[in-house]
Amino acid sequence: MNKPRDKQMTIDEVVASLEDGMTIGIGGWGPRRKPMALVRAILRSDLKDLTIVSWGGADVGLLARAGKIRRLVYAFVSLDSIPLEPNFQRARQNATIPEVVELDEGMFQTGLKAAAERLPFLPMRAGLGSDVLVNNPWIKTVTSPYDDGAGLEELVAVPALKLDVALVHLNRADVHGNATYLGPDPYFDDLFAMAADRTYLSVEQVVDTAGLTVDTPVQRVLLNRMMVTGVVETPNGAHFTNCVPDYERDERFQKAYAAAAGGTDEDWAAFEERFLSGDEAAYQAAVQAFAEEQGK
Amino acid sequence: MSNEVVTRADVCAAAIADAFKDDGEIFGSPMGLLPMLGVRLAKLTSNPDLVISDGESVFLSGVPPLFAKGDVVEGWIPFRRVFDVVAYGKRHVMMGATQVDRHGNQNISAIGPFAQPKRQLLGSRGAPGNTVNNRTSYWVPKHSDRVFVEQVDIVSGVGPARAKAAGAGASRYNDIHRIVSNLGVFDMGGADDTMRLVSVHPGVTVDDVVAATGFALDIPADHSQVATTREPSYEELVIIREVLDPKGLRFKEVPHE
Repeated sequence: MNKPRDKQMTIDEVVASLEDGMTIGIGGWGPRRKPMALVRAILRSDLKDLTIVSWGGADVGLLARAGKIRRLVYAFVSLDSIPLEPNFQRARQNATIPEVVELDEGMFQTGLKAAAERLPFLPMRAGLGSDVLVNNPWIKTVTSPYDDGAGLEELVAVPALKLDVALVHLNRADVHGNATYLGPDPYFDDLFAMAADRTYLSVEQVVDTAGLTVDTPVQRVLLNRMMVTGVVETPNGAHFTNCVPDYERDERFQKAYAAAAGGTDEDWAAFEERFLSGDEAAYQAAVQAFAEEQGK
Repeated sequence: MSNEVVTRADVCAAAIADAFKDDGEIFGSPMGLLPMLGVRLAKLTSNPDLVISDGESVFLSGVPPLFAKGDVVEGWIPFRRVFDVVAYGKRHVMMGATQVDRHGNQNISAIGPFAQPKRQLLGSRGAPGNTVNNRTSYWVPKHSDRVFVEQVDIVSGVGPARAKAAGAGASRYNDIHRIVSNLGVFDMGGADDTMRLVSVHPGVTVDDVVAATGFALDIPADHSQVATTREPSYEELVIIREVLDPKGLRFKEVPHE
């Protein structure tokens, strides 16, 4: 039968397709539904000089600590229940990220929208009068050609945030790349996918196409296969961020992560050794052991 | 209800509620604990038309206690729709502030130079967009001259003077409404768009506020003309203590004197 192609890949195949210096958008939001298994695979790789575009959480913290980031585009980096991300703070305070682009969080969406619509920019008020424009002098303003009562307004020309690659994590997908989010918020994963030349999707579970909507409204199919390059099944792959309703954020693990990240170099080395020195299976086994040790 | 004295936290909750009382049917969007308490108090008293959310992704029809799950949902407000409402304008956000300056600029980005901060904070989040699109207020639980500074290190939220300097695109919808701290209530009605003392909380003197503020506030020469922030009504105290915050979480932000 004329079925669309099967796009299943392994984590290592995804990361092997990435190159030094690429611009990579990471979906999810802060400590929520982040493609952490793919981020961990980047940590293990030799990739360097990346531009990372993210409403950031531990994805940004981990990549910054590993020295993978040449340029960071963000509006915030937070773990929510732990407001300040210690690895990100450390990187900023030691100025180890060569180029830093801090945007308003709505500007960030507008920039992705511009890229998704293949426009060079979209106009917006956000940024006007703030230090976002002072610290990013390359972001220009544009004068409206229309007077709707306040004269010809000067607005921010939010530049398109074009991505080489988007990495996103959803709950379910078929092998072709159609994917559903089952939690409360789609975040902006569809925009990331459309802003990127290639999108790699990790999911909790790969199901057949009919299975995607058998118990789920079709409105929850956030990604269509035409937006997706590769599909990877990574159970618990958003850990330690949440992937509701499959699982909540692992607060105990996050606490341990933040303590190590904010601790001494030895604390961090021990955390890395225990959790980040092996592959994804080793990580998940170490997380399991940690949970048992914590009396779960 | 016992006849215990009205606490500073209760006064702050009512003052925050008052900031939302004339907003009508818009999205009241609190960041942090006391703002959430104040917004919910407003919805249960002065402004039942207020639209509130769980801070996550749904609009709540009822008014649950702090951090409790709401039962009836009346809408969907994922982050993408929050951005829609910001631009639509029917929203009043009360944010926190690591620094606020004389001109009502706010900083939640970083302390020190941007290139290499002494202390990296959250990042500017939605503050630049909020302040040029919808009504914005600030909540400061610990009033000090480290928070209220002559000039913020990084401008995240835009005050009225800077908005005017940036042109109509910025100033048209700029509306810094209230700044509520544990010591008093302020607005931007001072000379040349500067911060003005509106009222001091019961038990606080104007001199206390002046001593804890790192710039010259707009204050009437005759300090006796400065109003005292109202105490919450009996009804409000019942709602605060027995409905919205029976566990006393508000005292974590504003402890008993």
